[in-house]
Amino acid sequence: MIVRLRNPERQIEAPGPALVSVVLERLGIDREGVLVIRNGTIVPGDTRLEDDDEIEIRPVISGGAG
Amino acid sequence: MKCTVCREPALIDLRRHNAAFCGEHHSRFCRDQVQRAIDDFDMFAPDARVLVAVSGGKDSLALWHLLKALGYDAHGLYLGLGIGEYSDASRDHVLAFTDAHDVPLVEIDLLDTFGYDIPTGAQASRRTPCSACGLSKRHLFDSAALDGGFDVLATGHNLDDEAAVLFGNVLHWQTEYLARQQPVLPAGAGFPRKVKPLVRLSEREMAAYCIINGIDYQVDECPMSAGNRHLAYKEALNGIESRSPGSKADFYFGFLRSAADVFQTATDDGSEPVPCETCGAPCSGGRCAFCRLVERAGGEPTMVRVDAPTRRSDQGGPT
Repeated sequence: MIVRLRNPERQIEAPGPALVSVVLERLGIDREGVLVIRNGTIVPGDTRLEDDDEIEIRPVISGGAG
Repeated sequence: MKCTVCREPALIDLRRHNAAFCGEHHSRFCRDQVQRAIDDFDMFAPDARVLVAVSGGKDSLALWHLLKALGYDAHGLYLGLGIGEYSDASRDHVLAFTDAHDVPLVEIDLLDTFGYDIPTGAQASRRTPCSACGLSKRHLFDSAALDGGFDVLATGHNLDDEAAVLFGNVLHWQTEYLARQQPVLPAGAGFPRKVKPLVRLSEREMAAYCIINGIDYQVDECPMSAGNRHLAYKEALNGIESRSPGSKADFYFGFLRSAADVFQTATDDGSEPVPCETCGAPCSGGRCAFCRLVERAGGEPTMVRVDAPTRRSDQGGPT
């Protein structure tokens, strides 16, 4: 699957099928700091992602003290 | 995963609440949490005129959207910081929101009004960009709220922000800051009443709220915030939260419940601020830090008068 990452913007490939939680774990990304978006919709950790999916892993941590 | 409320497919799981929600019930959860914060901390009355400081990011736009959804008279305040393309994009997000929701907005541009922007202000005053930015925001948010006759100034500080600031203040035992770390700061001595209605909601919950409600926010980080220590504190706390859901809320609300009063009493020296010689804002004496920053940056300290907010629809659409 194609994975879009932000800050900085980049794309990588990850193998599927795999659960969202597993993809994040393989990439070493803490689930508390991101949302995973597929086709404009948030998907929870137990969603199965297929090899031909395109997803965005969007960071939710803002800088500074707000 | 099913929505805890309606059993429809869930979009987000909130482990600290042992719950999962579909879009509709996540939005309802966020509204309930904001209303609970407003009520529990006696933030403002139902008929209050609220000025919301908006940056184009997820928290401030979500706060504005939530307050409107709850029926409050919420006006936006946008401060143009002059941080290149980042500020241009931030403003675009704010204007798109005002167009979509027909809500009133006050705009202040640092360069146009005071003759400096954050990069030049930081360099000239030998402050970090975040320090110059924070100083400018605090001063101008306060003056805009007072000049505009608003009952309260609301900011988008969320649970993660407050927990990270608390973590940093405890780590370095900044007792004076600990004394002021409250979800409500009362009006007085030249300051407006300030509130943080998002303290019961996390950054992840706010980002999800925006996506679910079609709020197009600025995702990219400020280019000047790289290396900001609060980011490191947030990452550390998220590591703890992953292993022990609810830790951030326990840390922050436990502080408010059990320890905040101690620091307020210990640091209250009874001194009152005096008006700045130049702008009249409260300060410790002489000229306030904001006026000194403006002068060092080659700008012109001046009073800001905030007139009636404008709706974008009053201006003939986007410019």
